[in-house]
Amino acid sequence: MVSFSSDIGRHELSLADKVRGLQWGLILLICVISSIGFAMLYSAANGNLQPWASKQLVRFAIAFIPMIAAALIDIRHWFRVSYWLYAIALALIVAVDLRGVIGMGAQRWIDLGFIQLQPSELMKIALILALARYFHSLPSETSPRLLDLIAPSFLIVVPVLLVLKQPDLGTAMMLLAAGAIVFFLAGVRLWMFGAAIAAIAGAAPLIWSMLRDYQKARLYTFLSPDTDPLGAGYHIMQSKIALGSGGMFGKGFLLGTQTHLSFLPEKQTDFIFTMIAEEFGLVGGLCLLALYAMVIAYGFVIALRSRNHFGRLLGLGLATNFFLYVFINTAMVIGLIPVVGVPLPLISYGGTAMVTVMFGFGLLMNVGIHRDVRVSRLGESQMA
Amino acid sequence: MPRETPRQKLLTRRAAILAGGQVALIATLTGRLYQLQVFERDRYRVMADENRINLRLLVPPRGRIVDRFGIALADNRQNYRVVIVPEQTSDINATLDAIATLIDVGDADRKRALRDAKRKHAFVPVVVRSNLTWDEMARIEVATPELPGVSIDRGLIRFYPYGPTAAHVLGYVAAVSEKELTGDPLLELPDFRIGKAGIEKSQDLVLRGGAGSSQIEVNAYGRVVREIARNDGQPGQDVVLALDAGMQDFVTKRCSAEQSVACVLLDAVTGDILALVSSPSYDPMLFSAGLTQAMWQDLSTDPRNPLSDKAIGGLYPPGSTFKPMVALAALESGAITPDMAVTCPGYLELGDATFHCWQKAGHGTLHLHDAIKKSCDVYFYETARRTGIDHIAAMAHRFGFGDPLGLDIPGERAGLIPDRDWKLATTGVPWQQGETLISGIGQGSVLATPLQMATMAARLVTGRAIVPHLMRQQGVLPPGGDRKIAAFPGLGVSPRALALVIDGMTAVVNEEGGTAYAARIKDASFAMGGKSGTSQVRRISQYERDHGLRKEDEIPWKERDHALFVAFAPVGAPRYVCAVVVEHGGIEAGGGSAVAAPIARDVLLEVQRRDPARRVPQPDAIAQVAPPVPPPLPQPAPAPRAPRG
Repeated sequence: MVSFSSDIGRHELSLADKVRGLQWGLILLICVISSIGFAMLYSAANGNLQPWASKQLVRFAIAFIPMIAAALIDIRHWFRVSYWLYAIALALIVAVDLRGVIGMGAQRWIDLGFIQLQPSELMKIALILALARYFHSLPSETSPRLLDLIAPSFLIVVPVLLVLKQPDLGTAMMLLAAGAIVFFLAGVRLWMFGAAIAAIAGAAPLIWSMLRDYQKARLYTFLSPDTDPLGAGYHIMQSKIALGSGGMFGKGFLLGTQTHLSFLPEKQTDFIFTMIAEEFGLVGGLCLLALYAMVIAYGFVIALRSRNHFGRLLGLGLATNFFLYVFINTAMVIGLIPVVGVPLPLISYGGTAMVTVMFGFGLLMNVGIHRDVRVSRLGESQMA
Repeated sequence: MPRETPRQKLLTRRAAILAGGQVALIATLTGRLYQLQVFERDRYRVMADENRINLRLLVPPRGRIVDRFGIALADNRQNYRVVIVPEQTSDINATLDAIATLIDVGDADRKRALRDAKRKHAFVPVVVRSNLTWDEMARIEVATPELPGVSIDRGLIRFYPYGPTAAHVLGYVAAVSEKELTGDPLLELPDFRIGKAGIEKSQDLVLRGGAGSSQIEVNAYGRVVREIARNDGQPGQDVVLALDAGMQDFVTKRCSAEQSVACVLLDAVTGDILALVSSPSYDPMLFSAGLTQAMWQDLSTDPRNPLSDKAIGGLYPPGSTFKPMVALAALESGAITPDMAVTCPGYLELGDATFHCWQKAGHGTLHLHDAIKKSCDVYFYETARRTGIDHIAAMAHRFGFGDPLGLDIPGERAGLIPDRDWKLATTGVPWQQGETLISGIGQGSVLATPLQMATMAARLVTGRAIVPHLMRQQGVLPPGGDRKIAAFPGLGVSPRALALVIDGMTAVVNEEGGTAYAARIKDASFAMGGKSGTSQVRRISQYERDHGLRKEDEIPWKERDHALFVAFAPVGAPRYVCAVVVEHGGIEAGGGSAVAAPIARDVLLEVQRRDPARRVPQPDAIAQVAPPVPPPLPQPAPAPRAPRG
C-alpha cells in the first residue's frame, strides 16, 4: 500500500486538505459518463434537449452538492450516524408502504413536494454504511462468528422483504447482493454462504408465491422471450433487435431506428444502454463498459488504500453497489437476466438514482480523503 | 507501511476475489454483446427493417372507358377526402363532432365511418366524407394540428362525364364486398373500387391495372415517418367501346320523351352497338360515393325500373315484330309461296277457338307483301299453322332469339322461343295448335329482349349471323372508318326469302297503308324499313271484345300494351338497325307504329347523318342538346282505346 507521509501526524484534516484530497480523476470520469448520458437523452428525444436531457443536466449539477458534502464531512461523523441513516431509510420505506403514491404500478416514491424520494435507493447506501459500521465494530482478530451475523442478517433481510413487497424485485436483488458482498468482504466463512443459499433455495416456493404476476411473467419471458414477441417478451425482443442491428460501429448518433421509431420501450430510462449500443455499436457499448470499469477500479483502489476497516468496507461496498447497477442493467437489456427495472447509473433519466449514486461517490471520495483517519470501534478517532 | 491485521489481509484477499468476479461478469457482458452485435448482427438488422418498413399497396389509376371516337365515358377525377385514423384519436365521436363543425357531415357519413372504424384495424384510415370542395379541404387542413388522426387524403374517384346517359352500359364501381375478395391484397384496400355492373364489371381486370407499392417507414405505433421507395404500379388500360357517345346521348334524350323505353342501335354490318339505352337511367356516381337508403328505395321501387337494363335484360313478347321470322320459316320450309293468298275476315276459327285480327273488320284477301305491310294477324295465323312451331322456332333461333347473344356485359337474358319439347318439359301438357297460331304473331310464350330484336333486324338485312358487341377490338375508330371489317358467317337463309321479307318491311314504312307510314323518313336517301308491334300485357276479355273496349282511363299504366318497332336504314343498302320498345306505350292507335316508330325514325335519321361507321363526327355534332323534361306518367286520354296493330 502506498501512503502519503505528509498526512501522518496531523490530528485533524483542514478543509483545504480535504479539497486537495478529492479524487479529481473520479470526478472527471463521472462527468464523462454523465455527459454520454445527456447526449443519449438528447437523442432519445429525437434531437431535443426537452424533455429529458436538460432536466438531467440540472439534476446532475444539483447532485454535485450532496456528493461534495458527503466527501468533505468527517468520516467519523458518517460512522456515528450510519445506524441512524439506516433507521431513517427503513422508516421511509415503511412510510412508502403505508402512504405511497402509485407510480409505474408500484408504490416506491414518497412525495416530499420538491422531489419524489425513493427510499429504497437511499437504503442501498444506508445498508452498506450500517453493515460497514457493524463489522468495523466487531473484534478484529477473527472471522465473524455465527452469532455475530444474526443482527446484520436482519439489517439486510428486513429492507429486502419490505422492498420486495412494494414490489421492486430489482432493488431487492441489489440490496441482497450488496449485503452479501459486505458479508463476504467482512470475512464471513464461505460455508455460511453455502448454508444461506441452501436456505434461500428452500424458501424459493414461498418467494415465488410473493411475486406479482408481472414479475412472474418477466421471469417466464426471460426464459423464452421468442414465444410471446408482442406480449411481455416485446421489450427484451425489441432491445435485442436494436442491439444486434447496431452491429460493430452502430447506426450513428440520432440515427437508431429502433429507438427513434419508438420500438424500444423505456429508452430514456432502463433501456438507454440499448440505445447507446444501437447508435454506437459494439465499440460504443464496450467503451462505456470500460468507463464504468475504470470507475469501479477507482473505487477499489480508494477502498483498499484506506487504513481503517470501516472505510475499506464502505468503499468496496459502494464500488460493488455501483458495479451491481451497471451489471444488472446491462445484463437485463441484453437478455442475460430478467427485466427487473434497475437504471444505468449516471445515464438513465431519473432523479433519485442520480442523487443516490452521486452521494455514494461522495462517500467513496470521503473514504479516500480520510484514508489515514483511525476510527475506533465506537467511532472515536485518533490519527495513526 | 503499517502492519496489516489478519482481518485486513482477509479483506484484501476477498476484495481481489470480488474484483476477479466482477471482471468475469463484465467479460460475460462483453461476450454477449459481441455475440449479438457481431455474430447475429445480420439477423437483427433484418428484424429491425421488418419492424420499421411497411409495404403499402397503392391503388393504380383505373383505366378509362372511351367510345369509338375516344371520347371518355368513364374517367377518374381528383377526390379530396377527410380520413380519420381511429387509433390516433382519443375519441372518434368527439373527433367526428369537431369535423362536423367545419364541414357538413351527414348522419349516413357518420354511421359509415363508425362502422368502418369498428370493422377495420385501428390504424387503417376510415373515410369520413369524400368529394370535398377546395374550400372545405382548406378548412380541414388548417384545423388538422388540433385534430390528431385527421388528415386530407387525395385520391381518384370514378367520374362519368355523361352522367346517367350510359349507366347501364358502363355500370358502376363500388367498394368491394366480402364475396368479391379473392385474396388479392389490392381488393382489401379501403379506397379500391371494383366494377359492379356493365363494362366496369366485365372489363374489371383490364381496367384495374396492377397495384403499385410504397415502402414506408413506420414507427412502433404504425404512424408513417417517411416514404423510402415508391412504385406507382401499372395503371389500368383504357377500354374502347363500339358505342358512339353522341348517339347514346341523342337516343337517351329522345327516349326520355316517354316513360320507360329500351332502344338498341346497331351497326348491322359490324355488330357494333352504337347506342344501348334503357330509359330512365340512374347516376352511376351515386354508387361510387355510396348510396343512401332513401335513394336506393326510390330507385328500386320505381315502376319504370331505372336500375335494370331493359335493352338486354327486359323480356317482352315481340308481337308483330316477330312476323318476319314466321314468314321466313314458312318460305324456307315451303309452307307458303309469296303468291299464296289468304283472306282475312277479321278472325280465324280453329276448333272451338276464335283468333282475332287486330283489324276487326278484316284485311280482305292479301299476299305476303301486304300481310307484312299491314301486319295482318289472320295471314300469320294461317301461315304459322301451315309451317308448324318447330320450323318457326328453328328460324327464330337462327336469328338470335331464345339464347343469350353472348354480350360483353353481364345482365343479358335468353328470352324464350317455345316449341313442343319445351312445352312438354315445362308443363307436362302437349303442344296445342292454337299456341302455334299465337306464336305466329309473337304472342303467347314468345319472349325476346330489345337487343335480340335489333340483332334479328341486323341478321335480316345482312343474311349473316351478326353478333352484337359493345367492345371494339380494333381500338379507337380511325378517321374514315375501319379499313377491314371481319365478316360474320352466313345464316344459310335464301337471299330471295330475305329479299321478300325486307321488301315487306320497307313497305310497312314507305307505302301508303303500311302500319308505320306516318313515321316514314321523307328524305329517300335516308329512308328506313321496319316492322311495328304491339304486345299484350294482359289478356283482352271476351266481354271487352263484345262491349267495346274499356275506356282509356280504366286501364292502369302498368297494364297497357308495350309498343315495339324494329327498323333498318337506309333502305337500299341497310347499315344501321334499331329496335325500340316503349313499355306500356300502346295507348294510342297502332301502338308500335304510333309511339315506337317515331323514336326509331329519329334515331336512324340521326345516325345516318352522323354516320359513325365511317367518319369521325365534327365536334359540334356531339354538342350537348338540352334534355327534354320527361313527361309525367300519361294521364288517361278521353278517346276510346283503339284496336291493337
